[in-house]
Amino acid sequence: MSLARTESPLIRRILIGIALFYLILFIFMPLFIVFSTALEKGVSYYFNSLKDPDTIASIQLTLITALIAVPLNLVFGVAASWAIAKFDFRGKNILLTLIDVPLSVSPVISGLIFVLLFGLQGIFGPWLRDHGWRIIFTPSAIILATIFVTFPMVARELIPVMKAQGNDEEEAAITLGANGWKTFWYITLPNIKWGLLYGVILCNARAMGEFGAVSVVSGHIQGFTNTLPLQIEMLYNDYSFTAAFAAASLLAFLALFTLVIKSLVEYRFRAELKAVRKGAH
Amino acid sequence: MKIKNLTNLLLLIVLISSFTTGAWAKQITLLNVSYDPTRELYADYNKAFTAYWKNKTGDDVTIKQSNGGSSKQARAVIDGLDADVVTLGLAYDIDSIAEKSDLLPKNWQTLLPDNSTPYTSTIVFLVRKGNPKNIKDWDDLAKPGIAVITPNPKTSGGARWNYLAAWGYALKKFNGDESKVKDFVGAIYKNVQILDSGARGSTTTFVERGIGDVLIAWENEAYLAINELGPDKFEIVIPSISILAEPPVAVILSNAVRHGTDQVALEYLKYLYSDEGQEIIAKNYYRPRNPLITQKYADKLKPVNLFTIDDVFGGWQTAQKKHFADGGTFDQIYIVK
Amino acid sequence: MFLLKQKTTLPGFHLALGYTVFYVSLIVLIPLSMLFIKTSTISFADFWSIVTAPRTLAAYRLSFGAAFIASFINIFFGVIIAWVLARYSFPGKKIVDALIDFPFALPTAVAGIALTTLYSSNGLLGQFLYKIGIQSAYSWTGVVLALIFIGLPFIVRTIEPVLQEIDPEIEDAASSLGAGRLQIFFRIIFPAVLPSLVTGFSLAFARTIGEYGSVVFIAGNMPGKTEIAPLLIITKLEQYDYSGATAIALVMLIVSFILLALTNLAQWWASKRIGMS
Repeated sequence: MSLARTESPLIRRILIGIALFYLILFIFMPLFIVFSTALEKGVSYYFNSLKDPDTIASIQLTLITALIAVPLNLVFGVAASWAIAKFDFRGKNILLTLIDVPLSVSPVISGLIFVLLFGLQGIFGPWLRDHGWRIIFTPSAIILATIFVTFPMVARELIPVMKAQGNDEEEAAITLGANGWKTFWYITLPNIKWGLLYGVILCNARAMGEFGAVSVVSGHIQGFTNTLPLQIEMLYNDYSFTAAFAAASLLAFLALFTLVIKSLVEYRFRAELKAVRKGAH
Repeated sequence: MKIKNLTNLLLLIVLISSFTTGAWAKQITLLNVSYDPTRELYADYNKAFTAYWKNKTGDDVTIKQSNGGSSKQARAVIDGLDADVVTLGLAYDIDSIAEKSDLLPKNWQTLLPDNSTPYTSTIVFLVRKGNPKNIKDWDDLAKPGIAVITPNPKTSGGARWNYLAAWGYALKKFNGDESKVKDFVGAIYKNVQILDSGARGSTTTFVERGIGDVLIAWENEAYLAINELGPDKFEIVIPSISILAEPPVAVILSNAVRHGTDQVALEYLKYLYSDEGQEIIAKNYYRPRNPLITQKYADKLKPVNLFTIDDVFGGWQTAQKKHFADGGTFDQIYIVK
Repeated sequence: MFLLKQKTTLPGFHLALGYTVFYVSLIVLIPLSMLFIKTSTISFADFWSIVTAPRTLAAYRLSFGAAFIASFINIFFGVIIAWVLARYSFPGKKIVDALIDFPFALPTAVAGIALTTLYSSNGLLGQFLYKIGIQSAYSWTGVVLALIFIGLPFIVRTIEPVLQEIDPEIEDAASSLGAGRLQIFFRIIFPAVLPSLVTGFSLAFARTIGEYGSVVFIAGNMPGKTEIAPLLIITKLEQYDYSGATAIALVMLIVSFILLALTNLAQWWASKRIGMS
């Protein structure tokens, strides 16, 4: 490498040192604390604390919530990125901004709006109650709030990927007589599958980990409307610090798993991109 | 790929069915919406009531439990949390439910004995072992350099009892001179560095984080902290005078009738007044109404010089308006810094 | 509003866009409009007195101020981290690179209890910080620390790809014309990264002003001192003050919305500029 493109080894080491120090302080240490506290009373205590029936119920609720919220946002993400990446239309920036809104709205506000919609003091609450329906403070409200919070995750990952792929291949397929669904299935999907996978995994991690919004609409009924993050808060407030961190370690594992998938996706994606570029030249 | 899809589908079905048959199945269930420090009490009591009810009627009753800050829980019930019974930290919160919704009659407090309060408690100090700052009474809390931990009276029921206990002490000390009383309570709250949103949060801050010299706490919460985290670390100081805290209970009639559980719900609360109920209450460091059982646990539940909110403050409605509403004395203490 | 600008042979525009707009309306627009409807039940004078009350202003100051400081610190270190990741190789780089996203994937409640355990006065790092007089938990500092954690990936991830894409030949050319390393950085690299710095900053800022889960554990929650705006919303809600809660929420929502619009505009502007050069 020519001298122009890099710094002297000393400066390089200092910069790497600063970067690592900062990351140790803000990323490695919190990660370390979660696992070390979870295991401070031993492995058997760790597994026993995860077997608590309320904790198991909270894991179930968290899984169900993600199983409903993620596929819905997946379908939306594909439709939205198809419209936004493949076509040029007026109002695109407004639509993009609207899609991003849930990411930057305070989670507390995300919960509040569902209380205002479905609470007994809200707009639809009394009507729903009179017809035997309840949404707020049930798993349904948790699922709704989760859908809201994780709503942009798939779309945000897919839009840049689809844009990068361009329209040429799809247009060729259409000209050759393939219908729209077939084109999507055989041309677009293989191209975006890695981005799609990462979007889904990230969406899933956020869906399982949401705290603020879910906390506002949950009602905190043990074994019924406590999701895993809420259960962690409860255990933490219950003097069961080790159990709280044991439950927290599950979500930390999920976060790490998400990162592994992400690295894998990027690796595959880069390899494919290279292959595409080589083919083009 | 196909087999993988199939197993995924199966997994989904198993998950959903386990969920629906478990948590969403129809049976006699009661939802008890309670405030923070009663977790241990109702964990014990719910077991006892389930056994008692099975014995008496042959029916299985499951009690679901929700705990949180008292006002937060009341707000959730107003917003539609489907409680059959509420067991909250102070009467004002249940009054709010009655006032802001049609869920229970306004005279709810007359429907059960002792003002619908099957147990009482009081406010004490928790200090570090050996009482290094030599804290004896409310005066010591107002001294400069003492770090006091108490939750936020705006969101926590327990914190309101704390505030009023200090206020009541000062009223007596200064013979009702309001401006001196306000300065005194203000001095105590100047010593507060962390205002958690609930009583449990404050206890955690004090015992686990090691912050503060004194925690103003529910008596039962103080005992619980000592039991859970070691008698070698903390001790309890009982002030010369404190407030009689009365955490009331009520059936949320409209919800219970809709569920067809109004009878069970009422029995659930009545059983709190029975000898067995009172015994469980005393074991969890609440003060039972039954004097015989109080006697039995006298070594823990020591006699304290107590005043009531009705005597000193003219009831919760008045106290709330004067002290905790926006612009009330608590806000004044904080805004004039 | 949504008119196609160019003819294309690709099908599915109306279906995809129709579904997108429908879903956005259902999930985002209708629920969010509740805030406006609820706030409109109070007069403007009341609204104004709620959002300018000393306690509200103090909460805004904390939420916006701490988010600003945290994002600013993150910009500085984020550039170094992105630089190191984009340009240098060192052992364990792949792991470090992957872990940058950890705060984004970790549930905020878990982050909150972990950071509090770490930085409180008897915590692993807190014990040292307290000794040198830094109160690293239950204070402004604590809030900033939590927000640094939350905001970091947003900044590193927007800068890193831009650094990677700078054509090394330009640097070579500048160097052969006699430019020094610092000169190259400030004349060539910095201007190229600037739009992504702005984007990263506003993304992190928008994300952190509303942060609740991780902050609420480590802030002291003292009204007027260490009470963040989202907590004030919850406090108002718990006092049955729905209009107060929604008024404060509405102001935060509008700020987020403006920030987002600016970010998207900045990105559009940057891509246009690059496209032209």
